[in-house]
Amino acid sequence: MSTPVLYDVQGPRARRRVLIASIVGGLVLLAVLGLAARRLAVNEQFDYDKYKPFFTEPQLYERLWDGLKNTLHAALLAMGLAAVLGVLLAFGRLSRQWWLRVPAVAVIEFFRGVPLLLLIFALFLAWPRVVHTNLPALWALVLALTLYNGAVIAEIVRAGVLSIPKGQTEAAYAIGLSRGQTLRMVLLPQAVRVMLPALISQLVVLLKDTSLGFVIGYAELLRTGGQLVQVLRNPLQLYLAVAVIYIVINSLLSGLASYVEGRQRRRTSGRTPVRTAQVETGLGTL
Amino acid sequence: MKDVLDNLDVFYRGFRTTVSLTLLAAIGALVLGTLIAAMRVSPVPPLRWAAAGYVRLVRNTPLTVVFFLVVFGLPEVDIKLPFFRFAVLALTIYTAAFVAEAVRSGINSVPPGQAEASRSIGMTFSQTLRLVVLPQAFANIVPPLASVFIALLKNTSIASAFFVFEGVQSMNQLINAHGDAVISIIAAAALAYLVLALISAFLFSLLERAVSAGR
Repeated sequence: MSTPVLYDVQGPRARRRVLIASIVGGLVLLAVLGLAARRLAVNEQFDYDKYKPFFTEPQLYERLWDGLKNTLHAALLAMGLAAVLGVLLAFGRLSRQWWLRVPAVAVIEFFRGVPLLLLIFALFLAWPRVVHTNLPALWALVLALTLYNGAVIAEIVRAGVLSIPKGQTEAAYAIGLSRGQTLRMVLLPQAVRVMLPALISQLVVLLKDTSLGFVIGYAELLRTGGQLVQVLRNPLQLYLAVAVIYIVINSLLSGLASYVEGRQRRRTSGRTPVRTAQVETGLGTL
Repeated sequence: MKDVLDNLDVFYRGFRTTVSLTLLAAIGALVLGTLIAAMRVSPVPPLRWAAAGYVRLVRNTPLTVVFFLVVFGLPEVDIKLPFFRFAVLALTIYTAAFVAEAVRSGINSVPPGQAEASRSIGMTFSQTLRLVVLPQAFANIVPPLASVFIALLKNTSIASAFFVFEGVQSMNQLINAHGDAVISIIAAAALAYLVLALISAFLFSLLERAVSAGR
């Protein structure tokens, strides 16, 4: 993190002021936390009853673990498919043939501009009426995630390919490779390294979005938590536990992304990896 | 197609709620997010830690979980609001973290010389931030902020699962009533979202031009 020099190296007086501000600010924060804690206490949220199931019901952990496995299953399937779709769409968009480029741009912009939840409902509700077989909830979720993330990954791949120095393309042409071969054999392998951090960050987004599976009845982590709440009647505690699981996994992934990014910046000094911020403009996403 | 045209008023009611959800949550997130960003660059350690912790926790939590905690958790501590306000609250809490990141990266993009210059003429931290850095930062913040708010527009659809009648919910209601027109109903809802997203993108590009012209 590079902080700008908004304030000077502090002298004795400034240090005293910061100390006073720290104490005051800290007290204000503690007061806010205290008020929240009182509110929780008054409403019996600290009662042992609310936490007992975490100690007495080993089944709770089995259920959550099953939910987590379903979450990861959907996320990994969708990530694999989205990577394939993303590369294809990116190649389409980078193509010199207009009849490949125009549809690729249209598909990318459409799926980035439409809410993921609408895609999930669209697949889940329209599929049985069009194909006359039911689409399992898992696949409605995975396909919707694939379409949306494929479009996002296409933009990441495109930014990655465009970040490779022009000399690489020229050298590939000079030894007689076609444009397709150049993309596949020269540019893409180098681009993968550059875009790895952005891809891992996208995996965090994807993992978070699997929680939308609950609307169509897919038994992922959040829905499992919801089912447990029906029985155990401690929504605040259980949903917080679910949130902690997501936070731990996503923090690990985010940490991995910035580690990879840092390593790359050291290795290829000057050539900055594709940041999500660069790709996020347009009809981008969180 | 006829089913869509006959029920435009249902869509209109739904997407009006989508727009008001988006606007209210955007205002809330802008205020809260800017405050958090200011805390994050301040020289006061506890404020910095609190802001960094907030951003880190919220960014790694799915919006759906935030919705669950707000809609089913807050009534547990005797905070009961209409579902629309719960939805605005959940969207504000979530989006504020992303606004804070956008504002912080904007503050970081202002050349250090600007802050050094304002310090050298004796401005305090808050004067430096208020009078020199933030006005310049906003020009750089507009594009990332635009994508945060367009994502917010799409994220409001999650409120449909929490008893708010917005765009996606109006779509679902129409599909239940007119099953054979499912494709055209979905296409109409998708089109409505795309149009709203394009309008906001256009407004933000106007804003961007206005802010950068001032320099």
